[in-house]
Amino acid sequence: MSIDMAQFHQVFFEESFEGLDAMESGLLNLDMGDVNVDEINTIFRAAHSIKGGSGTFGFTAVSDFTHVMETLLDEMRDGRRSVTQPAVNVLLGSVDCLREMLRAIQDGVEVDRHSVDLHKAALDNELNHASSPALLETSLPPPVVEADGADGQISGWSIAFSPHLHLLKTGNEPVRMFRELASLGDLRVRADLQGVPDLYDLDPEECHLSWKLELEGDVPLNEIDEIFDWVEDDCDLAKQPVFAARDAYAEPLPDDWKAESDVQAPAAASVAALPTMESKQPKKEEPKAAAKGSSSIRVDTGKIDTLINMVGELVITQSMLSLIGEHFELSKLDQLKNGLSQLERHTRELQESVMNIRMMPISFVFSRFPRLAHDISSKLGKKIELKLVGEHTEVDKTVVELLSDPLVHLVRNSLDHGIEMPEARLAAGKPETGTVTLEAYHRGGNIVIEVTDDGKGLDKEKLRAKAVEKGLIEPDAVLTDKQTYELIFMPGFSTAEKLTDISGRGVGMDVVRRNIQALGGNIEIISTLGKGSTISIHLPLTLAILDGQSVAVGDETYIVPLGSIIESLNIKEDRLNRVVGKGETFLLRGQYLPIIRMHEIFKVVSARHTKLTEGLLVVVEGQGVRCGLFVDDLLGQQQVVIKSLEANYRRVEGVSGATILGDGSVALILDIPGLVRLANQ
Amino acid sequence: MATILAVDDSASMRQMVSFTLKGAGYVVVEAVDGVDALNKAKAQAFDCVVTDVNMPNKDGISLIKDLRALPNYKFTPMLMLTTESGMDKKQQGKDAGATGWIVKPFNPDQLLKTIKKVLG
Repeated sequence: MSIDMAQFHQVFFEESFEGLDAMESGLLNLDMGDVNVDEINTIFRAAHSIKGGSGTFGFTAVSDFTHVMETLLDEMRDGRRSVTQPAVNVLLGSVDCLREMLRAIQDGVEVDRHSVDLHKAALDNELNHASSPALLETSLPPPVVEADGADGQISGWSIAFSPHLHLLKTGNEPVRMFRELASLGDLRVRADLQGVPDLYDLDPEECHLSWKLELEGDVPLNEIDEIFDWVEDDCDLAKQPVFAARDAYAEPLPDDWKAESDVQAPAAASVAALPTMESKQPKKEEPKAAAKGSSSIRVDTGKIDTLINMVGELVITQSMLSLIGEHFELSKLDQLKNGLSQLERHTRELQESVMNIRMMPISFVFSRFPRLAHDISSKLGKKIELKLVGEHTEVDKTVVELLSDPLVHLVRNSLDHGIEMPEARLAAGKPETGTVTLEAYHRGGNIVIEVTDDGKGLDKEKLRAKAVEKGLIEPDAVLTDKQTYELIFMPGFSTAEKLTDISGRGVGMDVVRRNIQALGGNIEIISTLGKGSTISIHLPLTLAILDGQSVAVGDETYIVPLGSIIESLNIKEDRLNRVVGKGETFLLRGQYLPIIRMHEIFKVVSARHTKLTEGLLVVVEGQGVRCGLFVDDLLGQQQVVIKSLEANYRRVEGVSGATILGDGSVALILDIPGLVRLANQ
Repeated sequence: MATILAVDDSASMRQMVSFTLKGAGYVVVEAVDGVDALNKAKAQAFDCVVTDVNMPNKDGISLIKDLRALPNYKFTPMLMLTTESGMDKKQQGKDAGATGWIVKPFNPDQLLKTIKKVLG
C-alpha cells in the first residue's frame, strides 16, 4: 500500500511552527537555575512532536537536529542539568535554526547546512559540557544469540509456549501469534490442556493453556523473536532449532564453518538491523513538491457553533415566512413585517459571525515580541520589561499578517532608541528597568495598537535641526508639536545619531507609515522629552467590510467611508471663497477648507447641482487633511462589502474599491486621502 | 470492519495514521489527547486503540492503564506510538497493559502490518 505522505506535510509544517513558537515562549519564561517542570515539559513535548513527525515524514535532517535538542531538554527536565542562560540561548538559537530548516523544506529550497552545523555544534558543545555519564546508557540490550550447536542445516523450530495467566489482559491473543507464525512456514500446534482447572475454579479471563509448536522451514530466529517480542516477560518460552538429520554425519570442516556462519549471520544482522533500519526508513528524497498550500486559518470551534446556530435561526425564519406567504391575506401583514425584520436581524448576525471567523487575536503578532525584547536587551545591556496588554483583541487575519513587520520596527525603535541605558535611567531618577508596553484595544470600528515606552522621548529641537539639515523643511518653517513629531515619518529621516544593527538602517518610519496607510489606517506619535513616547496605530477591524455613507452625484452613487466623515452641511454664499492657485474654499469655524467638486473629478454630466449653495457639502478628513466633498444629496448609511477594483479592473486614483448595492447597481467607494491628492493636482 | 481509536496530539501524525487505516478499510475515530480518548472510548466501543505516548493532559501510558481498567477494554489490543525505543518505555508500556508498540519514525506499511497483527 503506498500513501502519498506529502498530503500531510502542510499540517505538519503548521503544527511545527506552532510548536516552535511554544518552545520559544517557554524558553523565555524559564527562570534561571530553577527547574519549572511544567514549562520544560511543554518545551520538551513540542520538540518531541517535531522530531516524531519529521522522522515519519522523511525530514531526516530535522529529526536528527531535534533529537539533540531533545536530549538537552530531557536532561533539564530530569534535573540532571541546571537551566543556565547560555543553555537557554543555545536552545533559542536552535529554535530559530529549526524554523529556518522547516521553512526551507516547505519552500523546496536548499537547507543552509552551514548554519545547521553551527547550531548543532553549539548544542553538542552544551551537551558535552557538564553532561552526566548516565547519558551514554544504551537503549537496546545486547540480544541473546542462540547459535550454539549449529552443526547442520536448520529445517525448523520447536517452540514451547506457556503463557502466564494474565496474558490475555495485555490484549495479546495467542491465536493471532500462531497465525503469524504460520505465515513464516508450516506450523503444527498442539495445545496442552493439563493446566486447565475444574470448571468451578476456572477464571475464563485467564489463560490456562500452553502450546507446543512445530514450525517447519528455514526461518530466521529474529522473525520468531519479533512475534513473541512483546510477550516474552508474560510467558515461558523455549525455542529449539530442528536440524536436518542427514547432514549431520557427512560434513567436512569448511562446511561446518560455513554452516555456523549461516546461522549466525541472520541473528547478527538482526542486531545491527534494528537501529539502522529505523534511521534508514525515512525517504531520502527532497520534498521539492511541497509547494505552499493555500493559506488556511484556525478557527475556534465556538465561532463555528455560533455560525451553525445562526444558520439554524435563519432557516426557522425562512420557513415561517414561506408559511405566511402560502396563504397570504392582508390580516397577516403584521406577521410578515415581523418576519422580515427578524430575517434582517438574522442576516446581519450571520454576516457578523462569518466575518468573525476571519478574526484572530492580535497575540499572533504580539507573541514574537518577548523574544525580540530578550534578544535586544541582552545585546545592548539594557534592562527592559515588556508588557503586553489586550493580546486577545481580535482583528482581521489579513491585518494581523500585514501588521507584523511595521510593529516589529516600532518596538525595535522603542527598545533601541527609546529606552536608555540603566546608568542613564538611574541618573535621570527613573527606575533602572525600562518598560515598553504593547497594547491593543477596540475603539469604534477600529483597532488601536499602542507602543509606549518610558524612555527618553523625542527631542523637538533635535528633530527640527535634523530636518533642516537634511533639507526636509525650511529653517524658518513654523511647525506645531504634532507636525514636528510627524517629521520622523518623512523619507530619509533617521533619529539615531549612529546607525546600530538593531534599528535605524535608513529605511524606517516612512515605510512603516506607508504600510499602515496601505491597510487603511493611520499612525500618530505623542512624546514628552525625558518621559517617553507613545506611538498609536489606528486600523480598520476588517478589510472586507466597511461602514459607508452613500451619496448621490447625478445618477451615480458613491460610498464615503463613514469613519472619515466629520459632518455634512449646506453652504451659505458668504462662506465661500476663491483662493488663487488653491481653487474654491469655504470657511468652517474659522478654518478654510478646500472644496472638491465630485461631479468634476468624476466627470458626472448628470449632476443635478453645480452651484455650491444648492448641493450639500460632506466634510471629510483623510490623513489629517480636511476638505469638503460637493455632492447632490446624502442617501443612506449601510455596511458594504468591498470588492477590489484592482483585481477586476485596475487601480483608479481616488477610489479604493467598489461594492454592489441592494438594487444590483455598482457604487465606487471613495479613497479620501487619494481624492485629496487628486484634487491638489 | 474493525473500529480503531487513533490518539495523537499532533494533527499531522493523527491524520497520517487515520488516513492509512481508513485506506485499509478500518473505521477510525480520532482523539487529540488521553482525556479526549478516554471519553470517546467510554462512549463507543473500539476494537483497537493506537495512541501516541507523549501528549498533554493525559499521556498514552496513563491512557492505556485507565482503559485496561474498564471492563470493555480488558482484552482490547492497544498499541503505543513512540519515538523512545528504550527498555524503560517498553516496560512502562507493558506494565500499563499495552499490546505492542510502533516505534517512530514508521511508515504506513509498518503501521498496517502491526495493526493486522494484533487484530488478526
